[in-house]
Amino acid sequence: MTPSRAVEAFARRHHYRPYEALPWVAAVASYFVFPDYLALGAQILATILFALSADLVLGYAGIVTLGHAAFFGTGAYVAGILAAHGWGEPITGLLAGAVAAAVLGFLSGLVVLRTTGLALLMQTLVVATMVAEAANKASFITGGDDGLQGMEVWPIFGRFRFDLFGHTSYLYCLSALFLCWLAVRRMVHSPFGRSLTGIRENVRRMHAIGAPVARRRLIIYIISAALAGISGGLIAQTTQFVSLSFLSLERSGTVLIMLIIGGVGRLYGAFIGVPLYMVAQNRFSEIDPVYWYFWIGLLMVFIVVFARGGVLGLFDQFQR
Amino acid sequence: MGDTLSAAFSVAFHGLAFAMVLYLISVGLSVTMGLMGFVNLAHGVFAMAGGYVLTSLMNRFAVPFVPALLGAAVVVALASFPIERLLYRRLYGGEELDQVLLTMGLVFISVAGATYVWGPLQQPLLPPLWLSGAVDLGIDSFPAYRSFLILCGAALVTALWLGIERTRFGIRLRASVDNLRMAQSVGIDTSRLFMTTFALGSGLAGLGGGLGADLLAINPGYALQNLAYFLIVVAVGGLGSIRGPFVAALLLGVADSGFKYLLPEFGAFFIYALTMAILLWRPRGLFGRA
Amino acid sequence: MNAPALETRGLHKSFGALTVANAVDFRLESGARQALIGPNGAGKTTFVELVTGALRPSAGQINLDGADVTDLPQAARVKRGLVRTFQITALFRGLSILENVTLAICERQGIGGGLFWPAGRYRAAIEEAHALLEQVGLEDEALSPVTTLAYGRQRLVEIAISLALSPKVMLLDEPAAGVPSAESGTIIEVIERLPTDIAMLIIEHDMDLVFRLAQRITVLVQGSILVEGTPEEIAADPEVRRVYLGERPRR
Repeated sequence: MTPSRAVEAFARRHHYRPYEALPWVAAVASYFVFPDYLALGAQILATILFALSADLVLGYAGIVTLGHAAFFGTGAYVAGILAAHGWGEPITGLLAGAVAAAVLGFLSGLVVLRTTGLALLMQTLVVATMVAEAANKASFITGGDDGLQGMEVWPIFGRFRFDLFGHTSYLYCLSALFLCWLAVRRMVHSPFGRSLTGIRENVRRMHAIGAPVARRRLIIYIISAALAGISGGLIAQTTQFVSLSFLSLERSGTVLIMLIIGGVGRLYGAFIGVPLYMVAQNRFSEIDPVYWYFWIGLLMVFIVVFARGGVLGLFDQFQR
Repeated sequence: MGDTLSAAFSVAFHGLAFAMVLYLISVGLSVTMGLMGFVNLAHGVFAMAGGYVLTSLMNRFAVPFVPALLGAAVVVALASFPIERLLYRRLYGGEELDQVLLTMGLVFISVAGATYVWGPLQQPLLPPLWLSGAVDLGIDSFPAYRSFLILCGAALVTALWLGIERTRFGIRLRASVDNLRMAQSVGIDTSRLFMTTFALGSGLAGLGGGLGADLLAINPGYALQNLAYFLIVVAVGGLGSIRGPFVAALLLGVADSGFKYLLPEFGAFFIYALTMAILLWRPRGLFGRA
Repeated sequence: MNAPALETRGLHKSFGALTVANAVDFRLESGARQALIGPNGAGKTTFVELVTGALRPSAGQINLDGADVTDLPQAARVKRGLVRTFQITALFRGLSILENVTLAICERQGIGGGLFWPAGRYRAAIEEAHALLEQVGLEDEALSPVTTLAYGRQRLVEIAISLALSPKVMLLDEPAAGVPSAESGTIIEVIERLPTDIAMLIIEHDMDLVFRLAQRITVLVQGSILVEGTPEEIAADPEVRRVYLGERPRR
């Protein structure tokens, strides 16, 4: 191979590929094909963002966390509380949620990221449990067990009202997801993003080439927290409801499951895993919510035993 | 003054009872995590199963309390064998994420399974007559069942520690926790050791779940609701340690009942804050090895 | 006389009762070709970890080019040109060979934390990485995943990554460990061709390699320096023959 060819191939790796348009084509098509399911669609889009944020810490930086719901819930509560107390402007509400989640990510990251592995896993869980407990006790502002109600979200740009059928919600979530995805994709391909992969693949070597590993991990933790916060804010604003379950261990766990169903560390795992999971949940829960747990549990065991890499991983195997 | 003293006794008493339950359940988790490096989030399932077996044996089949309790431990220990052989063993030394997924999956299955068999409501534990009412311990009178719980727990802990100190199994276990590769190279069959340890830990969890059914209510969400408690005991105690979790359980139990008495509003919050503080100070727990 | 490229004074490290580095006074002149040898468990790798900053010494001082770096973190020492390779290959397994080296170049140039531009935009870095691959003879496999390389060739990637950091001092921790002898020749050639202004310390077991590459040899035994000298002096030293060379099987 001539030098220029290898360098050229490397230098072009971040260029857009045709298949990358697929999720967006599908999302826009769904808007027209399933007009009766736009509310569910909006939730799926917002949850994809949540899974995407989890992929950044889990798939790229290799930080296994059981507390990502803390950021999701914080974003939701901040956006929700603003809307319930007279500031219903959606975009600033979303940003406020992102900032609050980022601050929490910064503070907890300072503590949690000092460790690795099992200790880190437990500390993320403890942080999330603390946040949930705090939200529970602050019921005068969060509504506690009853959930946060009475939100009034204003029209977007003062023009587009949130309608009953979810048209606005769907397009709002789609736009937010698209913008965040652009930013995430850009970051993943940047030297920073590549260095995260380096940290995941071999942290000792990363230290040995002089990379500030702790700082990189903290930065990605904060960014991921902010994205999770936006996701939570989107769901709060479009469903006009926030409950303590937004902060639960179950929420942290299910986002991992959705991501793993799709495939971890691939940027598109979230786009496959989340719709599959949520559509299936929607169908099965109608029949019986309890058995949904049974089937999803069984699926997880199955994935671990037989199908590591998720749907996209199966694709890879098929190609080989 | 008398009131304060009596309150302090009461806090210590209930804290101790809670600590016993937490320790019995968590010690197995500490060993599986430390020895096999396995993130077992499904450990609470075994405790819950113990609770269900106990209450079913007593409530449906009118088995007396003590045999039912032993039955719970034995059934759970036996049930853990195939789970360890078929599922857990594949992932020893594997990626944490896989272990998290597998065990979360088991938790979800347990939630659905328990709802299917026993329904969504909590299972009542009706202690036998000889354990109802209160006993007068001179200073104060305490509920008989919890007094029994503490005695029973203390006896089990002593037996466990002596067993680990004295028996061949215990020696092998300690050697393997200390240095797995070394243990293998001196000819310890670690695969069998893992299996036995796992079953023992699960059996103890089943026993703890059964005994503690009036403290940690037996319902389908058990494994998820109490996971944080069990993990805190292990994390604060130190992975792989056998005595560490006892100290952690005592700390957690007494702090829990103390905060509930002093600051009922913010009790749980302080527990978590305390946990974070301890982990900040010692990331590997109080008795974890560097 | 110039300050040595690397110097330790009274370097000491113990884990509890176990002393792994005991009052080590060590000098590596700039441009030197030196070897650090010693029996298993002599503390050679610990010495590397102490010097690079992966471990903190219990006492003593580490100077790099005359400046005290004892309290600097690992990353800062790398920036000053102190670079190591690993005894057991420690590469970024999922990435291509070219990217393994490019990551190091990005860190050296201080662009490793850039969030905005894609990595592919930093052409100069990629081209420099490619040139290094040519230097060690890996240019044909530049885009292959590093795991597809034979082990001996992975060791070359180790060396290329270190070179990417513009080292002034290179610590090569058993550069040919685990490599079949047929392939170790290539590694030795690559090391021999390295720029002469790099001070090099080779930590080795393989005596043939040491005698071929090193101008001076330091013998470490139980955490202390036993003796230092030219290869001839070391080979003739009765004490060294007893504790070290005598260990080799004679049958």
